[in-house]
Amino acid sequence: MQLVLEKRAERSAKIAIASPLIAIALTLVTMSILFAILGKNPIAALDVYFLQPLTDPYSLQEIAVKATPLVMIAIGLSLCYIANVWNIGAEGQFIMGAVCGSWLAVVTNGTGAGYWVLPAMLVLGTLGGALYAMIPALCKVRFGANEILTSLMLVYVADLIMDYLVRGPWRDPKGLNFPTTASFDPVATVPTLVEGGRLHAGSIVALIVVMLATVMLGRTIKGFEIRVVGAAPRAARFAGFSSDRLVLFTFAVSGALAGLAGIIEVAGPVGVLQPGISPGYGFTAIIVAFLGRLNPVGILIAGLFLALTFIGGEGAQITMKIPLDLTKVFQGVLLFYVLACDSLILYRIRLIATHRKPAHGAV
Amino acid sequence: MLNPISPSRNPAEAPLLQAIGMTKLYGTFAANDSIDLDLYPREIHALLGENGAGKSTLVKTMYGLIQPTAGELRWMGEKIVLAGPSEARARGIAMVFQHFSLFDNLTVAENVALGLDGKETFAAMSARLAQVSQDYGLPLDPNRDVWRLSVGERQRIEIVRALMQNPKLLILDEPTAVLTPQEADQLFVVLNRLRNEGRALLYISHKLDEVKRLCDTATILRGGKKVATCNPRQETAASLARMMVGAEIGEVKATTARATTVPRLVIKNLSLTPDDPHGVYLQDISLEVMGGEILGIAGVAGNGQDELFAALSGERASPAESNVVIDGEAAGLMSVTARRKLGAAFVPEERLGHGTAPRMKLSENALLTGHAASHMVNRGFIDRAAMLSMVDRATTTFDVRKSKRDPEAASLSGGNLQKFIVGREILREPGVLVVSQPTWGVDAGAAAVIRQALLDLSGRGMAVLVISQDLDELAEIADRIAVMFHGHLSEPLPRAAATREKLGLLMGGASAAQATPHKEPSHAVGA
Repeated sequence: MQLVLEKRAERSAKIAIASPLIAIALTLVTMSILFAILGKNPIAALDVYFLQPLTDPYSLQEIAVKATPLVMIAIGLSLCYIANVWNIGAEGQFIMGAVCGSWLAVVTNGTGAGYWVLPAMLVLGTLGGALYAMIPALCKVRFGANEILTSLMLVYVADLIMDYLVRGPWRDPKGLNFPTTASFDPVATVPTLVEGGRLHAGSIVALIVVMLATVMLGRTIKGFEIRVVGAAPRAARFAGFSSDRLVLFTFAVSGALAGLAGIIEVAGPVGVLQPGISPGYGFTAIIVAFLGRLNPVGILIAGLFLALTFIGGEGAQITMKIPLDLTKVFQGVLLFYVLACDSLILYRIRLIATHRKPAHGAV
Repeated sequence: MLNPISPSRNPAEAPLLQAIGMTKLYGTFAANDSIDLDLYPREIHALLGENGAGKSTLVKTMYGLIQPTAGELRWMGEKIVLAGPSEARARGIAMVFQHFSLFDNLTVAENVALGLDGKETFAAMSARLAQVSQDYGLPLDPNRDVWRLSVGERQRIEIVRALMQNPKLLILDEPTAVLTPQEADQLFVVLNRLRNEGRALLYISHKLDEVKRLCDTATILRGGKKVATCNPRQETAASLARMMVGAEIGEVKATTARATTVPRLVIKNLSLTPDDPHGVYLQDISLEVMGGEILGIAGVAGNGQDELFAALSGERASPAESNVVIDGEAAGLMSVTARRKLGAAFVPEERLGHGTAPRMKLSENALLTGHAASHMVNRGFIDRAAMLSMVDRATTTFDVRKSKRDPEAASLSGGNLQKFIVGREILREPGVLVVSQPTWGVDAGAAAVIRQALLDLSGRGMAVLVISQDLDELAEIADRIAVMFHGHLSEPLPRAAATREKLGLLMGGASAAQATPHKEPSHAVGA
């Protein structure tokens, strides 16, 4: 008997929807085994991870807060991935967006500047992320440098730039030498939506981004261009679409969205610029993009689900002493299964009886 | 010239290979459906059929590349199972593929060594290679790099490699598809000789004249089933075609009032370095295509046709804007989109992946080329209704058969997809149409529809440039024919003057002066 992958005639629409669900189920099974090995009750652990956060209003708000940057970044990344452009450096673009926007908050701090500060910060953050993303994009178009490597390595550069700023020139003089800027003024802060809560206006921005992306991908010639370049590069060239221009475009848009998410994060829930503003949003967003099938609405759902794992992971750490690193393992295992299940969209698994092992070497 | 009265096989002779009830299912689709076939020594057996009739599947099972779903093979009366090609080779079955499996950067001898199962030394193998190629009149230099060789020479490598296994049965998959008429004649001499040596040959083709000249027996497949086995010499080309297609094929007709007027597509002194290191340099190509005419470019594949197409479509910019002129506008530096806006349309050779995005719907593939000049895009937004209406118009005008209104491009058969692609361009009423291999791999019915559409288009005063390897096709529709060889383009010949022999010589690299008949008139190869 032989196990073979057989190509399907057409994409299976059913599997395309079922694939993320199968992947989630397989991840839960794998994680249960891991919990058991760690000596924890798997049922109790899964309950803490996935159910308890959903029953608590504070946690629900917190899920939306965490999902906001994930969704915004993942939407941008999905445009890249649909076009077969591999931006892995959203984490860096997120940080640079936060840094560029924070500059204005730092220089206007305590000057009594008006309400123009926050909008200007958002613009600066967006531009900062976009410009930072142009570095790997230009390197790819100009020199053929692999964008996976360059965009990834620039994450660490961004991290160190921020580290330098908050430990050096931008450090809060009254901050007891902690590496952090002064708390942002109210005019430099994203307003909350619920009195005394953490849910902020950035979540609305994320929803708008989801809607715009849906319209762009499905209804505009630009969205069509993105899809064709990814699906059939030679046909795209024949259509008159330039893949170089599209590399620049998708990197710029995804960098801008990551940058916007970054400045919203520091001007919103965090309130200062300091190391550790991101628990790896830029990387987790890669999982969100694929789990959401590179589809804006799917990404919204996937973003909420991954946010749940962050919150649940914190809960599990507190109540069950499960290491927070297990959340990262969880996310990694999930991405692994999503990609594996995706091959079932184009292929089916078949058991084939063979007369004998085929002799070596075809033609 | 070749009309061998075959020393026909002894009627009492037993078949070398018998295929009995061969069936191959892919899902529910039967690529082969209970096919019986007997191959005898000292016989060239033709396997005839349109694309998709199941010829390739059948021979691949006979060579061990595919396992049949049902049916059995008998080799000299004994039941055999071929688990792989090396088992087939061990029994004396060799195959020459249509698409060569050669490494460009290795020498001839190295390539041959890679394809042999033997354990002889490289030197001994090289010597045997030289011997075999000399014996059969298939000259090859064992030390040359493959990428320097012509397509005909590359095919020789494959044939010599097969002969070095001293096969009892040699299978050839459309061997003349890539040859000039003269090269094909040389090949037939070799094949006749192999037959006379007592070998069995299975010859796959869809060229009826060839089969009538060369083969002793013909088995015709249609839709995965065997239609008949007959003696092709006792059939007419029309009766063979009827069996292949299952219906009469309509003849194409040119509209009577075709007036050659002004040049609408002009190529002037175009020289171009290829992007690909193994590509072809275009060398000082000049050509004028008039409104109301079809100009054909013949030539063996790989002589610069792809590069010329890219330069005309704008996928590759020319060195100067005056190199390509579309309806009076210098377009050499323009993008594909800008050229389409000038009223040019293009149909590339490769349907899937170049002419269409295979996994996208037909409506989206209408937008692929229609976004430039049709009303499918409005301020950046796409108009789905306009896209679908283009699909519907192409469907009705060109008889595109499909499973639903708007399926994925890849789900259409080759012929139907080609009708859609040609229809998509023609319905835009282009002033200039450049089309490469318009009916390559397309069933006869669809080919007739497409050729008629090209004739009608030129009849309406458009300029049509057809790049094709199929001389019959060019003879049928082209008003003038030029030949491409090593990146050079010959002067176009009027159709009446473009005999097969003259075109064949040009395709083989003779200059126009040499190709002009000054001593002997054309013989059997004449059209």
